[in-house]
Amino acid sequence: MQWIAIGQLSDIPQRGARCIKTPHGKVAVFRTGDDRVFAIEDHCPHRGGPLSQGIVHGASVTCPLHNWVISLETGKAQGADEGAVRTIPLKTEGGTIYIASSAAVEAA
Amino acid sequence: MTEKLIIIGNGMAPGRMLEYLLEKAAGRYEITIFNAEPRVNYDRIMLSPVLSGEKDYEQIIIHGDGWYIKNGITLYKGHKVVAIDRAAKTVTSDKGVTAAYDKLVIATGSVPFILPVPGNTLPGVLSYRDLDDVQAMLLAAQSRSKAVVIGGGLLGLEAAAGLKERGMDVTVLHLMPTLMERQLDPAAGYMLQQELESRGIKVITKASTKCILGARKVEGVELDDGRIIPATLVVMAAGIKPNAWIAKEAGIATNRGILVDDRMQTSDPDIMSLGECAEVGGHVYGLVAPLYEMARIAAAKLAGEQGPGFVHNDTPTKLKVTGIDVFSLGDFADGEDRQEIVLRDAAAGVYKRLVLKENRIVGTVLYGETADGAWFNDLKKKAIDISDMRETLIFGQAYQGGAPLDPTAAVAALPDDAEICGCNGVCKGKIVSTINDKGLTSLDDVRAHTKASASCGSCTGLVEQVMKFTLGDAYNPIAVQPMCACTTLGHDDVRRLIKAKGLKSIYAVMQELEWKTSCGCAKCRPALNYYLICDWPGEYADDYQSRFINERVHANIQKDGTYSVVPRMWGGVTNARELRAIADVVDKFQIPAVKVTGGQRIDMLGVRKEDLPSVWADLGKAGFVSGHAYAKGLRTVKTCVGSEWCRFGTQDSTGLGIRIEKFMWGSWTPAKVKMAVSGCPRNCAEATCKDVGVICVDSGYEIHFAGAAGLDIKGTEVLGLVKTEDDALEAVVALTQMYREQARYLERIYKWAKRVGIDEIRRQILDDPERRRSYFDRFVHSQKFAQVDPWSERVSGLHKHEFRPLATVGLPQAAE
Ligand SMILES: Cc1cc2nc3c(=O)[nH]c(=O)nc-3n(C[C@H](O)[C@H](O)[C@H](O)COP(=O)(O)OP(=O)(O)OC[C@H]3O[C@@H](n4cnc5c(N)ncnc54)[C@H](O)[C@@H]3O)c2cc1C
Ligand code: SF4
Ligand code: SF4
Ligand code: FES
Repeated sequence: MQWIAIGQLSDIPQRGARCIKTPHGKVAVFRTGDDRVFAIEDHCPHRGGPLSQGIVHGASVTCPLHNWVISLETGKAQGADEGAVRTIPLKTEGGTIYIASSAAVEAA
Repeated sequence: MTEKLIIIGNGMAPGRMLEYLLEKAAGRYEITIFNAEPRVNYDRIMLSPVLSGEKDYEQIIIHGDGWYIKNGITLYKGHKVVAIDRAAKTVTSDKGVTAAYDKLVIATGSVPFILPVPGNTLPGVLSYRDLDDVQAMLLAAQSRSKAVVIGGGLLGLEAAAGLKERGMDVTVLHLMPTLMERQLDPAAGYMLQQELESRGIKVITKASTKCILGARKVEGVELDDGRIIPATLVVMAAGIKPNAWIAKEAGIATNRGILVDDRMQTSDPDIMSLGECAEVGGHVYGLVAPLYEMARIAAAKLAGEQGPGFVHNDTPTKLKVTGIDVFSLGDFADGEDRQEIVLRDAAAGVYKRLVLKENRIVGTVLYGETADGAWFNDLKKKAIDISDMRETLIFGQAYQGGAPLDPTAAVAALPDDAEICGCNGVCKGKIVSTINDKGLTSLDDVRAHTKASASCGSCTGLVEQVMKFTLGDAYNPIAVQPMCACTTLGHDDVRRLIKAKGLKSIYAVMQELEWKTSCGCAKCRPALNYYLICDWPGEYADDYQSRFINERVHANIQKDGTYSVVPRMWGGVTNARELRAIADVVDKFQIPAVKVTGGQRIDMLGVRKEDLPSVWADLGKAGFVSGHAYAKGLRTVKTCVGSEWCRFGTQDSTGLGIRIEKFMWGSWTPAKVKMAVSGCPRNCAEATCKDVGVICVDSGYEIHFAGAAGLDIKGTEVLGLVKTEDDALEAVVALTQMYREQARYLERIYKWAKRVGIDEIRRQILDDPERRRSYFDRFVHSQKFAQVDPWSERVSGLHKHEFRPLATVGLPQAAE
């Protein structure tokens, strides 16, 4: 698998997110309060809200449009809501974040 | 060494005394009770609801069997004490039990007064005193035949209403010309009679009973005037007399009742007495409030304490018949030195009478509408000079200085020492402080801890109002609504604890208040962030990650993920230069839509997030700052053209609107705040549906608030009239600060006001200049840290991560 460096951990605020643009749409990269990093499609399973703009809590994000809560680990909607977004493989090495290139490209 | 305490009688007075005693000195005494009634302590007051079927016996038990076991108390049920041997210090029951005492308490209550007429011992003649009487009445009621109640006082009427409820044909015989003549004046007595008659209860006044007819059981009642009323059940409710014979026989000093001093001590130093059987300071009592006072004093004495002694107080009387509201207090006889204020509303069935002496209330009779009873009682008790409110006094508390109120507001406006529960003498402050201190959330808790509404229950509504305004919307009869799933605490608790514990970061709040999640959720974090900003201006660092996206990027997210941008136009006033700058920005960034908003602003819709900083930069050059159209904060102050241009204008509404907006912009509030200023009551700026509005009039500025025109529609409440523009600004600012400090996150002003009470807000903001000033000052202080233009901050680089992608991944070279 090929990895693409996308930036530094410190570029993302704790409990925050940044976007990466890919040819197939945006990917949201999250950093949690305990410095774990996750990437999922920036497209809420409900009505496509930009998840990168939501509030991050634990390993979840709440969509800014209608408050669905999406797990960053599984991409699944939590609670009573049903739906999922794609999660994208990602790794950090020495403060640099890498994203799996195939996944990045196919993310829709 | 434990001393032996024996109590004769297990009624409401000694029951209460034991509760106090166990609280103060558990284990000091070995306690034995003899009770002639074969049962535990129950709420005698509630016999009427049992009779009418609204409650059953289980529901009115005060101390169940388990309570006696738990507290190591021996209760002899069905043992009537027949002798006291003071020399040997023993008592003996009719079942042959003899027990020795160190201290003896006599609490034998009263016995019903049985008319000394022929036939009064016939089967079917009952009194109304205990559960046995009620059960006998219920049995008789099964026949659904005729009942006569002798006595048109409190007890008799409750019995009559209950029997009627149970399907009997009921006639009340009353010796006096009007019902309840000791509690009601003739007018109210008359209305009461009308009401009872309309329910099918027959009432005969001036009815003197000659005898009770019947061979082996009751068949009817004959009056002195020869009339005969057929009946199979006769209830004697003609009064009570203190049950003092056993003390008298033992040689203890008695008069009408057992004579005691103000600490419940009889003539024998080892014997005390309390309850209806006791006579103190020339009074005997028939209502529980003073008996509970006796209970408190007796318990203190038994515990070896030296508290204040017993003082006489008038107790209000209420009739516990569902659907009939009667309240009576004090002395309402006419007199030369007395004046009265009377209000009658025949259509509504309302009669109110206040008797005044030297401008102070000495007596009150309320019929049909008794909500103000507590207030009048308070005025009477404190002997407050009412000259200033004489004109409106009779309309009740709600009318003192303004519009009518909802009941919660009326209760909210009561002073802390206003008595809420007459039976137990519990004042409002006590309930509020106990609720807060102990974190009580249910009526049962409040009853258990304060005793309020634990006796006759007629104040339950009031207590619930107190709970409602103390706990706010969070009070639902079950429990407080937690803020979110991360905590069990409600918003108000959290706000209070943030202050009380000096918590100054989200982390500290979550730690100290034992949050169940590591970093909260999207519900609690923005709320906490707001509370901290509001409570610790300058000390707390705003946590942007806890803000909703709109506030984080200072623009409104739209459904397609683009943003809308609204520059501030003070008071809705603009000019050619500003409009030109907006036009340029729209062209340059190809903004797809431009719209005029309801708040007199211009909205540019469809701005890409990446463009936001550049859009702001260009707008900033033209002098614009953020319009905060996205914020839980001051949004807009709408104005009309006012005296500058309009022929009707009374004041410079535009100028005032701009002044308010420049003063208040940038402040964060629990929910959005929209304001408006109209130059005259024609109200072109629609100020009467805003969170805060000002209507200019010739004599000054009318301050409005708590309007809504969104999901809910609601006209504003009037806070009051102020004279100058400075006063108007101060009032508006103080009001907003009060709201900022008290409301729950996302709670609009009108909801908060409903919870807190319009009157309370008016009292703090308009009537109390010091309070107003301190709110004002706190607002001014917090503005020092809030009035920073978020746009220019971001144009100069703050939070630039928000607006740029982290990376752009291209296609060909990235493919495998
Ligand atoms: C139907 C009804 C409605 C009422 N409504 C109200 C109201 O709305 N508001 C209000 O304030 N008050 C009301 N009252 C009055 C109130 O119930 C009494 O004031 C209160 O119960 C008196 O308490 P006590 O302890 O003095 O006597 P009680 O509660 O009468 O208790 C006395 C007990 O002593 C026992 N006893 C008597 N002699 C002996 C003996 N020799 N040996 C052993 N035991 C003995 C009796 O069996 C009885 O159980 C009402 C009363 C009744 C009957
Ligand atoms: S509210 Fe009154 S002063 Fe203002 S524009 Fe309308 S009519 Fe004129
Ligand atoms: S009224 Fe409804 S649809 Fe229209 S702007 Fe407001 S929230 Fe959106
Ligand atoms: S689009 Fe995410 S919750 Fe509706």
